[in-house]
Amino acid sequence: MAWYGKTAHELIEAVSQRQASAVEIAESYLGRIEAVEPRVDAFTQVWRDSALEQAARVDARIARGENAGPLAGVPVALKELLCTVEGETTCASRILAGFRSPYDATAVQRLKAAGAVLLGKLNMDEFAMGSSTENSAIKLTRNPWNPECVPGGSSGGSAAAVAADECAFSLGSDTGGSIRQPAALCGCVGMKPTYGRVSRFGLVAFASSLDQIGPLTKDVRDCALALNVLCGHDPMDSTSADVPVPDFTRGLDGDMRGVRVGLPREFFTDALSGEVREHVEATVKALEARGAELREVSLPHSEYAVATYYIVCTAEASANLARFDGVRYGFRHPEAKTMLDMYVMSKTGGFGPEVQRRILLGTYVLSSGYYDAYYLKAQQVRTLIKRDFDRAFEQVDVIAGPTSPTPAFRFGEKTADPLTMYLSDIYTISCNLAALPGLSLPCGLTASGLPVGLQLLGRPFDEEMLLRVAHCCEQLRGGIGKPPLA
Amino acid sequence: MSQITVEDVEYIAGLAQLEVDAATKARLTEELGKILGYVAKLNELDTRDVPPMMHALEMRNVFREDEAGPSLPRDLALRAAPSHDGQYFIVPRILDTDEV
Amino acid sequence: MAYEAVIGMEVHVEINTRSKVFCACSTAFDAPPNTNVCPVCLGMPGVLPVLNREMVNKTVAVGLALNCRISRWSKMDRKNYFYPDLAKNYQISQYDLPLCQEGFLDIEVDGATRRIGITRAHMEEDTARNTHSIGGGQSGVDFNRAGVPLLEIVTEPDLRSADEVYAYLTMLKQILEYLDASDCNIEEGSLRAEANVSVRPVGAQTLGVKTEIKNVASLHGVTKAVEYEIARHVRVLDEGGTITQETRGWDADRGLTFSQRQKESAHDYHYFPEPDLAPIVVDEAWEQRIREGLPELPAARRSRFSDQYGLSTYDAAILTATRAMADYFEATAACGADPKQAANWIMGDLQALLTLSAMDIRACPVQPDALAGMIALIDDGTISGKIGKDVLGEMFATGKTARAIVEAKGLTQISDADALRAVILEVIEKNPAQVEQYRSGKEKVLGFLVGQVMRATQGKANPRLLNDVLLAELRKP
Repeated sequence: MAWYGKTAHELIEAVSQRQASAVEIAESYLGRIEAVEPRVDAFTQVWRDSALEQAARVDARIARGENAGPLAGVPVALKELLCTVEGETTCASRILAGFRSPYDATAVQRLKAAGAVLLGKLNMDEFAMGSSTENSAIKLTRNPWNPECVPGGSSGGSAAAVAADECAFSLGSDTGGSIRQPAALCGCVGMKPTYGRVSRFGLVAFASSLDQIGPLTKDVRDCALALNVLCGHDPMDSTSADVPVPDFTRGLDGDMRGVRVGLPREFFTDALSGEVREHVEATVKALEARGAELREVSLPHSEYAVATYYIVCTAEASANLARFDGVRYGFRHPEAKTMLDMYVMSKTGGFGPEVQRRILLGTYVLSSGYYDAYYLKAQQVRTLIKRDFDRAFEQVDVIAGPTSPTPAFRFGEKTADPLTMYLSDIYTISCNLAALPGLSLPCGLTASGLPVGLQLLGRPFDEEMLLRVAHCCEQLRGGIGKPPLA
Repeated sequence: MSQITVEDVEYIAGLAQLEVDAATKARLTEELGKILGYVAKLNELDTRDVPPMMHALEMRNVFREDEAGPSLPRDLALRAAPSHDGQYFIVPRILDTDEV
Repeated sequence: MAYEAVIGMEVHVEINTRSKVFCACSTAFDAPPNTNVCPVCLGMPGVLPVLNREMVNKTVAVGLALNCRISRWSKMDRKNYFYPDLAKNYQISQYDLPLCQEGFLDIEVDGATRRIGITRAHMEEDTARNTHSIGGGQSGVDFNRAGVPLLEIVTEPDLRSADEVYAYLTMLKQILEYLDASDCNIEEGSLRAEANVSVRPVGAQTLGVKTEIKNVASLHGVTKAVEYEIARHVRVLDEGGTITQETRGWDADRGLTFSQRQKESAHDYHYFPEPDLAPIVVDEAWEQRIREGLPELPAARRSRFSDQYGLSTYDAAILTATRAMADYFEATAACGADPKQAANWIMGDLQALLTLSAMDIRACPVQPDALAGMIALIDDGTISGKIGKDVLGEMFATGKTARAIVEAKGLTQISDADALRAVILEVIEKNPAQVEQYRSGKEKVLGFLVGQVMRATQGKANPRLLNDVLLAELRKP
């Protein structure tokens, strides 16, 4: 049976009802990967043997009558920058080619403990720097809805694999939109939880104050189920929040009465593609019928978000990526004879152009004489952006808008000019700067058959509200169907 | 915020231990100049009395207790090293006499 | 021209916690290379630091002992530079908001007190250790030391001579040791002192060009290096030359400083706040708890020893040099020993025994109560002070009590006048010439006769009784 087409909650049900074994499900997904990978190229590694072993262990536990965990038998795949003992952790970079981590990321440990079956790892922009997955040093990943188009990024592999039914759900990471934007472009649900909700331990850092791990799923309920497992305090991460974790599925009842939905006027401008705007507005409008109250809100500093973001994230990245020096792990240039050669040749040969560009930009904005003008200034503007949201959330419970200004674009369309690529994250970035939770869900298809994403932003640690509204949207608009894959 | 020059690019490349050839240097100067030009729009904002947001969360005093736990087995610590002798990570000779 | 030296000190001390500052690896000094390491202190991809609470406690304690203001709000920063001993190629340190600021330490040189300003004391992580002994044009890196908690203590340029540098470092070491904050073992590198030295014409307000002396492996070495460097500056300036700002090493064998290669990159560390760690907020209550837990510090203890035990300033200074020594002394006195006698025994015979066997007083086989017991035997006349020396040696070697040794060896003093008189009469009879000399006014001969009696009694004669009886017998016609 084609279990690969099912959602995680359907698989959990099937396993608990003994309609399917974890091994059958894993085999179904592995078969699907084999069938569509030539067309999608989402995976960097497929762990066939270990996946079947894990599935067999889940089945054995169930056979013994034990609790095999809330995700027993659910096949999951991981973004290439999550540390795993199994396989390699390369961040889609030459500099980490062949690198094997001696430990599992906390999020990975939590999935394993919950009985999930790990299928392998997924392509991404090198070190999560990009919005199209074209910056991967490994391969190009294609959008399952149109092979000429990018899957978005940086978690492009994570979004494409879910959209193509190659895993029940996947993990991505989101620094400026890297979960939500590819989820929008590939037509799946993607959640960036509140900063601190999910431990970052074992997530190879891009920008420490912005990074957050989150799930990409086939529907909203799966997103809630994944969050139930991923969220929680971790003593290994000082920035992990010690706050209670609710059962995220409990608010999925379709009731929108009393919910105030804010529409930021700064998000609905000429920069927004007409088709995207239509779908987003239609979906939001439909919420009114369920009792939601729509209000216009203002986020006056939105136009400064991209500039702020590129200072903060490159500064942090320039330090975070300094450790890749060829001493303890990773690529060391074979011709390096001196200490200086080792650094310069290994880094220059190991990092791709976008990574080098961001390291240089980050080093520049931190270097003596420029700190106040750039880094400090950006952190001050970050405060202003946060205050915009604080004010907006005094009036509304959730903010709705587009995830990406355009649907999936073509390969090479934005690679010539880095700034054009940066601006494709215009709606997703402020959420990271303000440390808020954000979710993207599919809200329609364009005339040319490309998915459109609706973004919901919430108060810190109020993922429940996002899920509740998203679930209602999903019910109202129905699914967008499956991509045209053989 | 001033315009970035080729000399600036050379200087930061030195700090970042990256090598940029002449052609790349010119391209990078232009690209970074363009990005910094865009970023300069932050100057439109008066931020004199605005505190910087140094941390994403309001948090303080996150500590671990002083308890020693197990370390990595040495073979695992050294496993990913491009060069090691079973005891040490091996690097090209460090010229600086900064050893303590 | 007359010059004065202007010296500032930067001291790095490893804080003696059980685990490293950002991970749970052991801080033990002598583990085989790369065995006290984990993904965190190796700077593996994806790891995060979590600050050791004890590091904050001990840093605040040091700050309070150095009369610093404790920052209510403090943070960690990243100091960026490339070096193979730096796992992440940034060091987690403190830049503009150190935990301890604006303190001072009073030092004494030649009887005068000088107040040395403490600019700051901040927390950071130690680096790995490089070894150049593996040959083949290569170096080895051992990350056991990477992430060991390190406190950097910086003074104002308030020191004026090598003697003051010595006094400052000695005093600082004493305080750190009293606080149990660091082992301060300069040979093992748990205390590293760097001196910034410059000279200027006496009376000048501006500072001269400074040089930085690094990597000196002993306290005396630092002092000598500073002394040499001051003289070198004066010589160069007198000859019309100029001083180059640079880092200099110390060649202990040849007794001179030498120019060291500079690190490749300039000092643009492009610091920024460490986003992986939360700010540190030490409120008044926390500071007060630490203040209340502070032990009596060396200066206070020194003056109390003089007042309470009637010791000389000199003796009090020696006995308070280490907390262990001072504790030992007070424990001995608490066991009833006369403080002055206890002080003499500890500084004299006991210290000699310890030195001879290269032993720390904390490992001394003679416990304070045992020493007090020995002193009591002298006090009550059971043994003489001279016998006491032998008994202490025996106690040190065997761990037995003084009483057990005295009884086993029959060392009890002869305090019976009749028994002693018999021996004395015998001596008088055997030495008629000396007796005659004494009686004719040559009183110095008495010493000889006492010696003879002591010899005959194998030193067991009670000295006072011996004196009394001998004089009485000699006065008899």
